[in-house]
Amino acid sequence: MNTAIEADGLVKSYPKGVTALDGLSFAVATGTVFALLGPNGAGKSTAVKILTTLAKPDAGAASVAGIDVIASPDRVRRTIGVVSQGSAVDIQATGRENLRLQGQIHGIRGRAIEERAEELLERFGLADHADRIARGYSGGMQRRLDIAMALVHDPAVLFLDEPTIGLDPEVRADMWAEIGRLAAERGKTVLLTTHYLEEADQLAERIAIVDRGKVVAQGTPDDLKRELRGDAIHVDLEREYNGTVSRTLTAVPAIRDVSIDGRTLRARADDGGRAVPLVLQALESAGVEVSSVRVARPSLDDVYLKYTGRTFDAAEAEEATR
Amino acid sequence: MTLIRHTLYMTLRHLRELWRQPWFVAVTLVQPVIWLLLFGALFKRVIEIPGFRGTSYIGFLAPGVVVMTAMFSSAWSGMALIEDINRGVTARFLVSPVRREALIAGRILKEAVVVVIQSLIIVALALIVGASFPGGVAGVAALFAISALLGATFGALSNGFGLIMRQEEALIGAVQFIVLPLTFLSATFLATNLIPRWMQHVADFNPVNWAVVAGRSAVSANADWGLIAARAGFLVALLALSVAFATRAFQSYQRSV
Repeated sequence: MNTAIEADGLVKSYPKGVTALDGLSFAVATGTVFALLGPNGAGKSTAVKILTTLAKPDAGAASVAGIDVIASPDRVRRTIGVVSQGSAVDIQATGRENLRLQGQIHGIRGRAIEERAEELLERFGLADHADRIARGYSGGMQRRLDIAMALVHDPAVLFLDEPTIGLDPEVRADMWAEIGRLAAERGKTVLLTTHYLEEADQLAERIAIVDRGKVVAQGTPDDLKRELRGDAIHVDLEREYNGTVSRTLTAVPAIRDVSIDGRTLRARADDGGRAVPLVLQALESAGVEVSSVRVARPSLDDVYLKYTGRTFDAAEAEEATR
Repeated sequence: MTLIRHTLYMTLRHLRELWRQPWFVAVTLVQPVIWLLLFGALFKRVIEIPGFRGTSYIGFLAPGVVVMTAMFSSAWSGMALIEDINRGVTARFLVSPVRREALIAGRILKEAVVVVIQSLIIVALALIVGASFPGGVAGVAALFAISALLGATFGALSNGFGLIMRQEEALIGAVQFIVLPLTFLSATFLATNLIPRWMQHVADFNPVNWAVVAGRSAVSANADWGLIAARAGFLVALLALSVAFATRAFQSYQRSV
């Protein structure tokens, strides 16, 4: 395997005593799309900052395209394209001027940069707005310009930090299509961070689940889901019950991994369809009122729950209040 | 070579930004005109004070307004940098191979260019309203060079403080706190021999006063080039210190990203 990105035991804490990374390690094969998945505050952006030479780790090593990030940051910068979280276009310049400056910095000059800018403006559907000031662009257009700017020098490795955050669902779908096309380009490696489970599922060939500054699981989306044998059963209850409810279910054969989160009971079964009547029966005899039951193939949310012991939403809420 | 090219790209970017804000351009040009005409009229009779050497207050005031405008306009330089940081534009530059020095140098150079353009307009206007500059073209050029030096210095200081404060409101407060006292603790409006003695001592350490005294001497009939060279030397030294300060502030910003 040819490795395009390697992070080895990255540690980083911030002055206020917050540990952002706590021994983060992963490797990305050349020419693939890799997602770091985790809630806000899990350390994904810090990892991207280190890999893109913005920040230095307290410990650990990292390389991009075989170049040591800490020893040769300037060489790394020539090799990578970065789309940061939130737009970073110069809103006082036109789309074309943004692209031109980005190209010039990378040493593309004269006719070459004009042609390259034109090509990217066409490709990202900005040709009609090329000479308008970017302040007037919609969120989706600014985002497309961001990506175009990151591609100006045809980088071998592309970093996309939360590329669809804050975008309308419609624009997000367009963005996914665009990222898919990027990935199809020969030899380009894409590292994507996201806190959208379906985004990682849809776009990435491999996923690393990041929680509290560490990778807790990694593999292909299917691998990760396969590790959870069987189906997920979600039972929505009429009201909140105490923990004894889950004990009621533990007694049911064919059911395992029972957990309760507010008014939602989760469990796993090899054959979900067969287990549902047993579950309902057990709950009814315990006097628990059920409002709905769903059986689903395992989702990344379930994977997340399994490896971190909390649901994705709970993790988000926890990080938000920290 | 790369450094020069990158600095040039950044300077052009900042100048274009300025050009795109016609109202801002208008205000920065109208302001010195008002200073010149308003103070010119207000203090017209200053020339009657015993001890004032000269025959025209406008002619006396014009180099002062040139210098004052240089400080006023470049002291805001850090605002645009804070905006770039907040918008993520600076971080985007930092993940590119742009020379770091160019990110600050481009802003300082832009201030110097703007100062020269503003100075040209003020001098032209002063000539129209009857001032004369016996020092001729060489004297006026020296005045411009000195103003550009001062503008670059304040540009560097403003960027340095902007990087430390990282908050537009804080920088606005600091700039307002500093520019007026520096103007009035100088020979901008009154000849040095007419201001209170303690102020004269303070003014000796005021870079605005260095620029006013040197610039005014340069455009006068008998320029004291020794004095001009000495004050210009002080300004160059201060500029070097200010650039070093801004560079350090930028490095500490980079570490905090």
